[in-house]
Amino acid sequence: MNSIEIRDLVLRFGKTTVLQDLDLDIEQGEFLVLLGSSGCGKSTLLNCIAGLLEVSEGQIFINGRNVTWEEPKDRGIGMVFQSYALYPQMTVKGNLSFGLKNAGASKEEIEKRIKNASQMLQIENLLQRKPAELSGGQRQRVAIGRALVRDADVFLFDEPLSNLDAKLRTELRVELKQLHKRLQNTMIYVTHDQIEAMTLADRIAIMKNGFIQQLDSPATIYNRPKNKFVAGFIGSPAMNFLEGTLDCTGEPHFVVGEAKIPLAGYEFSQNLEGKTQSSFGIRPEHIVYGEEAQKAPFNAKVTVDVFEPMGSDTQVWAHVEGQNFRFRIDGRDKIANGDEMLIGFDPACASIFHGETEERI
Amino acid sequence: MSAGRAQAFWLRNLTAKIAAIPMILTSLVIFIGCSIWTVVYSFTSSRSLPVTDFVGFRQYERLFGAHRWSLAVENIAIYGVLTLVFALTVGFILAALLDQKIRFESIFRTIFLYPYAMSFIVTGVVWQWMFNPGLGIQHFVRQLGFENFTFDLISNRNTVIYAIAIAGIWQITGFAMVLMLAGLRAVDDQIWKASRVDGIPAWKTYVMIIIPMMRGVFVTSLVIIAAGIVKLYDLVVAMTNGGPGFASDVPAMYVYNWLFERANLGHAMAASTMMLLTVLIIMVPWFYMEYGRKNKN
Amino acid sequence: MKNEPKGPRPRKAFSPGRIMLYSILVVAAIYYALPLYIMIVTSLKGMPEIRMGNIFAPPVEVTFAPWVKAWDSACTGLYCEGLKVGFWNSVKITVPSVIVSIAVASVNGYALVNWKFKGSEFFFAVLIFGSFIPYQVMLYPLVIITRELGIFGSLWAVIFVHTIFGMPLLTLIFRNYFAALPEELFKAARVDGAGFWGIYWKVLVPMATPIFVVAVILQVTGIWNDFLFGIVFAGQPNFPMTVQLNNIVNTTQGIKEYNVNMAATMLTAMVPLVIYFVSGRFFVRGIAAGAVKG
Repeated sequence: MNSIEIRDLVLRFGKTTVLQDLDLDIEQGEFLVLLGSSGCGKSTLLNCIAGLLEVSEGQIFINGRNVTWEEPKDRGIGMVFQSYALYPQMTVKGNLSFGLKNAGASKEEIEKRIKNASQMLQIENLLQRKPAELSGGQRQRVAIGRALVRDADVFLFDEPLSNLDAKLRTELRVELKQLHKRLQNTMIYVTHDQIEAMTLADRIAIMKNGFIQQLDSPATIYNRPKNKFVAGFIGSPAMNFLEGTLDCTGEPHFVVGEAKIPLAGYEFSQNLEGKTQSSFGIRPEHIVYGEEAQKAPFNAKVTVDVFEPMGSDTQVWAHVEGQNFRFRIDGRDKIANGDEMLIGFDPACASIFHGETEERI
Repeated sequence: MSAGRAQAFWLRNLTAKIAAIPMILTSLVIFIGCSIWTVVYSFTSSRSLPVTDFVGFRQYERLFGAHRWSLAVENIAIYGVLTLVFALTVGFILAALLDQKIRFESIFRTIFLYPYAMSFIVTGVVWQWMFNPGLGIQHFVRQLGFENFTFDLISNRNTVIYAIAIAGIWQITGFAMVLMLAGLRAVDDQIWKASRVDGIPAWKTYVMIIIPMMRGVFVTSLVIIAAGIVKLYDLVVAMTNGGPGFASDVPAMYVYNWLFERANLGHAMAASTMMLLTVLIIMVPWFYMEYGRKNKN
Repeated sequence: MKNEPKGPRPRKAFSPGRIMLYSILVVAAIYYALPLYIMIVTSLKGMPEIRMGNIFAPPVEVTFAPWVKAWDSACTGLYCEGLKVGFWNSVKITVPSVIVSIAVASVNGYALVNWKFKGSEFFFAVLIFGSFIPYQVMLYPLVIITRELGIFGSLWAVIFVHTIFGMPLLTLIFRNYFAALPEELFKAARVDGAGFWGIYWKVLVPMATPIFVVAVILQVTGIWNDFLFGIVFAGQPNFPMTVQLNNIVNTTQGIKEYNVNMAATMLTAMVPLVIYFVSGRFFVRGIAAGAVKG
């Protein structure tokens, strides 16, 4: 049985449609990340699942139960917010127990759950403090604790780490992963940070304009992006796109300017014949250079325009057939502007997208 | 060289300093200077003209012995407590009601706030007319058949201050409401979401979470309204002119009376010094709190 | 599966809670609107109708005679020239007071934010603190000062006093507004060689239109509604409208003409009310701006 099922969900604010005919199945115990830039509808979707926004059409099931009309408190969910949303005038303990007290839980039960949650999150020594006396990381732990004590089936996270600095973010990310491993609950996690998405998720749903563009494991999303948007969105630095023509008249190859890229190892998703206007995408980290480039199925000579040393590696900006092209070299290699370099790649790890539909070919 | 630079720097800022002269003069000469002047002359026997004949606390002794003064103080206390309690609670309730995503919100808000845009004189005159025992509300209810109905607060010595308080509260509530509404709108939306997920009923969220969060707004509103209460004068002039007798006298009117009509400066200065003292007692802790808090941040 | 919950939760058009909510708001709105209603209906009735009917009844025969009389010939003690004298006095007081007080306060706010000098924050603190001091404390010394300046009992004295007592609140809102503008703007202008007044006129004033509107609304309503400074400093021939209204209504001579009184009240309230109804949003903004002290 799926933990969460969403059927034909539509959400409108007045005349603007924010979510359009959305279907989504989430397995029991799965960690699903909703990823997208702001305004893509990811937080809206989460709020619909939580019951904080009323859907315009469609249904939501949690553990097989239709909760479309239920109040948030009756849906068996716990939620963690970006701004922590702790009750500022209550102690940590007060924050954890307020909902339980209100639901009429017994004193022993409340104590037990608070003890469990606070041990798990290592906030036992903070129970008597007020939120204002806590650091950002501690506050977010308490906010997670408030969701934990609800003993919910599903946890919803709305950009929980965005307000933290980079270091804390990394730490808490690992803790969240461990927490999921221990609890084995279904978790839905909204973020605009692709690193968070890649590291945490069992599956990632990439959203744009209220649609889910692709729903797959992080590896699939990275290696076989379904369309040009996903390909460009995931990965940093972003994927290189060479505009040209896919020629399937004989041995399939990709023509960009004077160059012909053989597509021997490429796994096609569609059967095309003849010539098709399309984009050839290759990630900067899949580019090899020097000796390795000579052995690669395709290679080309480029001139270094600009380079940006980042320490461990150096990003190089160049042109291939007049089109912008980026790649990474080892940070220890010496390089200068105007250098000529031989680069190469294996088309097997490339992605080709249709020029009009932008779908993967 | 360095001296020349210092001078250039001084000159460059000179325009700013000249431009700030009105502010400097106002704060030093008017707010500090005049207040000190008043306190100093409250210890003299000045009558129609200020004289430096110091008589110690004699004016204060007379002031505290005066029945009219204690009546004025009692009146302002009743008026003040009533106004603060009603303006803040009703103001908050109206703001909370308006915050429920209702239709016509701006129309309601406009109606609640318009009294604040009018002069106290206008408010006083209208309410005087409504309280008119012969032709006002009392007359109306009696016409309905309740022959013995009495609603004659304004001409009864013991109740006249309540009539003034009703008018004053009517005028100020919208102001409190606007401040409260701004406070409510400033509450993080996610707090409301969290409390909904926790299953806290809306009223309980207000009482246990939102109101405690809005402490600062309440204190600020309280201080501003309280400072206005101490100045209460126009409303009384228009509604009752202190009458019947001196039954609705207030300190500001008392001071005015002794300054300009009875020509007893020393006594008026003693009374106004007491007003100043009251304001200091309200203000200093608040000012310290606000300013201290800002410095800490 | 037919009756499975789907789409938005079905709701009755009016739940009991919503009905309660709107009822309370409507009752409260009626209470707050009532005095204005009574003012208007009373001012449109004849005296016989007022004596016979009740104050809530709408006029049977609408008459504008009370308005004409209030404007043109109502008596304040000995003079029977109506409120028009007070109206023009109020205009003569309000216009220059608003201009002068806003000019001074906007320069203050500008100097406080961009040209801080030693002690500037102290003067500002005194200014804010001073706004809470009861006027009565400073009233007599101000009489002496204006007398020494030779302006006591004239329009100049009232303008002077309004400028002083308008300064704290206005300086505060200008200071807060200017402080919220990006500092780079000011720095860029200085690098370009603009001086104190150059930056004020060419950079800040054009950007500060909304706050000038707020300040004008605050000041026009505040000064128009003033009573105390008008009666103390303006002198008999210059009494503003509020003072005249009070004299008309509370004069002890003759029979009380409630309809004329209410027409006079409406006339006095008209200017601030029109401003309020036309510019509601700015008015509210002014209140909020003034409440954020420090």
